[in-house]
Amino acid sequence: MNSVYDRKFSFFQLMMLLLCGVLILVTLTPMLNIIAVSLSGRNAIAKGLVGLIPREFTLEGYKSVFSNRNIVNSLFYSVALTVGFVLLTTFMTILAAYALSRETLKSRRIFLTIITITMYIDAGIIPHYLLVSKLGMINTVWALIIPGMISPFNLIILRTFFLGINKSLFEAAYMDGCGEWGCLFRIAVPLSMPSISSIMLFYGISRWNSISDVMYYENRTQFYTLQYQVKLMLDSISIDYNANELEEVLVTPENIRSAAIVFAMVPMLIFYPFVQKYFTKGVNIGGVKE
Amino acid sequence: MNRKLSRIKRNIPLYIMLIIPMVYILLFKYVPMLGTVVAFKKYNIFKGIIASDWVGFKHFKEAFAAREFRLAIRNTLILNIGGLIINFPFPIVTAILLSEMRYKKVKKITETILYIPHFLSMVVIAGIMYQVFGPRGIVNGLFGRTGASAIPFMTNEISWRLIYWGSGVWSGLGYGMIIYLAAIAGINTELYDAAYIDGAGRWKRIWHVTLPQMRPTIVTMTVMNVGKILSIGFERPYLLSNVAVKNASSVISTYVYSVGLQAGRYDFAAAVGVFQSVVCVCMVLIANKVARKLGEEGIM
Repeated sequence: MNSVYDRKFSFFQLMMLLLCGVLILVTLTPMLNIIAVSLSGRNAIAKGLVGLIPREFTLEGYKSVFSNRNIVNSLFYSVALTVGFVLLTTFMTILAAYALSRETLKSRRIFLTIITITMYIDAGIIPHYLLVSKLGMINTVWALIIPGMISPFNLIILRTFFLGINKSLFEAAYMDGCGEWGCLFRIAVPLSMPSISSIMLFYGISRWNSISDVMYYENRTQFYTLQYQVKLMLDSISIDYNANELEEVLVTPENIRSAAIVFAMVPMLIFYPFVQKYFTKGVNIGGVKE
Repeated sequence: MNRKLSRIKRNIPLYIMLIIPMVYILLFKYVPMLGTVVAFKKYNIFKGIIASDWVGFKHFKEAFAAREFRLAIRNTLILNIGGLIINFPFPIVTAILLSEMRYKKVKKITETILYIPHFLSMVVIAGIMYQVFGPRGIVNGLFGRTGASAIPFMTNEISWRLIYWGSGVWSGLGYGMIIYLAAIAGINTELYDAAYIDGAGRWKRIWHVTLPQMRPTIVTMTVMNVGKILSIGFERPYLLSNVAVKNASSVISTYVYSVGLQAGRYDFAAAVGVFQSVVCVCMVLIANKVARKLGEEGIM
């Protein structure tokens, strides 16, 4: 674009490299610092010596995180919950998005309007809570799955993509005796894998990271997700920390806290490189208006 | 006639596909909208919403008389308006500057890294903020002040607000940038060629080509954000707050949570929620009108 008029080595480009460096540094420093603190010993942290490299290396923080049964169990639970949630929500979104993308369906405008309105009007949390409670879903895993089953935003993204598929493909398949289910699973879905991956990613991130619905709907430890267990651990440590400040303990609360945060952060970071390319794609399709 | 019949027959699978999604939308999006009538009732848990007695606008009057409610509105507006202003320039400026990069590899790497915080949960972000700005954190360390002489960033209202906004910039910059990068990538290169031939330098090209071409995107995004001025997420203020900054961190969403779900006053909390929703819808409609007036398409 504009940059083609530039020589490669100009003062401006040098400044740009510098800017990129600053941006990368500002973004990564807090995360690297947390990792460093999680691996550091008590004295170094107390003296404020820990920057981006661990000092007085110790794994005590991680030992105490891994010895917390609640956290370790909630990791497996959260993975299973997220996978189940993503499969269900994606399947339902595909069904609705496909049906609403078909021009043969004359009533699709009405359905689409009904769905779009819900993007702008929200009843608030109390009526939602009363409904979920009325349906008997409080303190069941369903309260974390069913209320978020279809995101209108993701549905619009996928529908936009389905609309872009060449109509003649469907017509040809129809001539060959392929029904709508066949068209969906043999043409639309295989051709839209990048978009489907994007919405799977959006559903996955939201389920994995969200704690608000866990707080609203769940009172039993077995339904607490990893993020919520880590939150509870962070809360309890700061209380212990005040009580035991004068006692000599081997590890400082800071490195336990940080180890818990790293533990909550790492699964996403491992996942990130594989899904990163679907991320921008999805956001951009979502930005294209109706 | 035969064709019409066969079209209906062909559409049956489409209706089957739509059954569960539409039942879901009606049950989980529209039924709660009807459920907001609880805001006008004296909710009795045994009678249910429908049989409970009407009380009219009692809960609304009570809410407006409550100090905590006015505080929550004030804080929501401060945090949202401040966030809107502080967050506005960063994604736009960063997207424009990154598009001027000749080193495409460096640009790609920078983008990839800037997206990372969007994948972190609020629990992790709040935890990081408390560590980084804590009494033994890296920021106090940089000032050479640790332990007793440390600056209490998280427990001072003003610095807490700055951290609230700052953490929003930190975690949202990459995400906010994506749409602007796409807008810039879509600009017709002939415009730049023409500007170049007319002798426009880099800054003139940015000012007279890039920015005007980004205008629709900027207006749309801003309109959407202004429309959300009274709606605030629950997790960010809840997780970042602490006892010392309660007067700055209590917002509508956390207020509804504490009076509704924790104290069990569903009817009163629903009234607060209804007030918020009504203001939100009005704001979106007004913002949309303004966008149209500015000559843009608006969002609806």
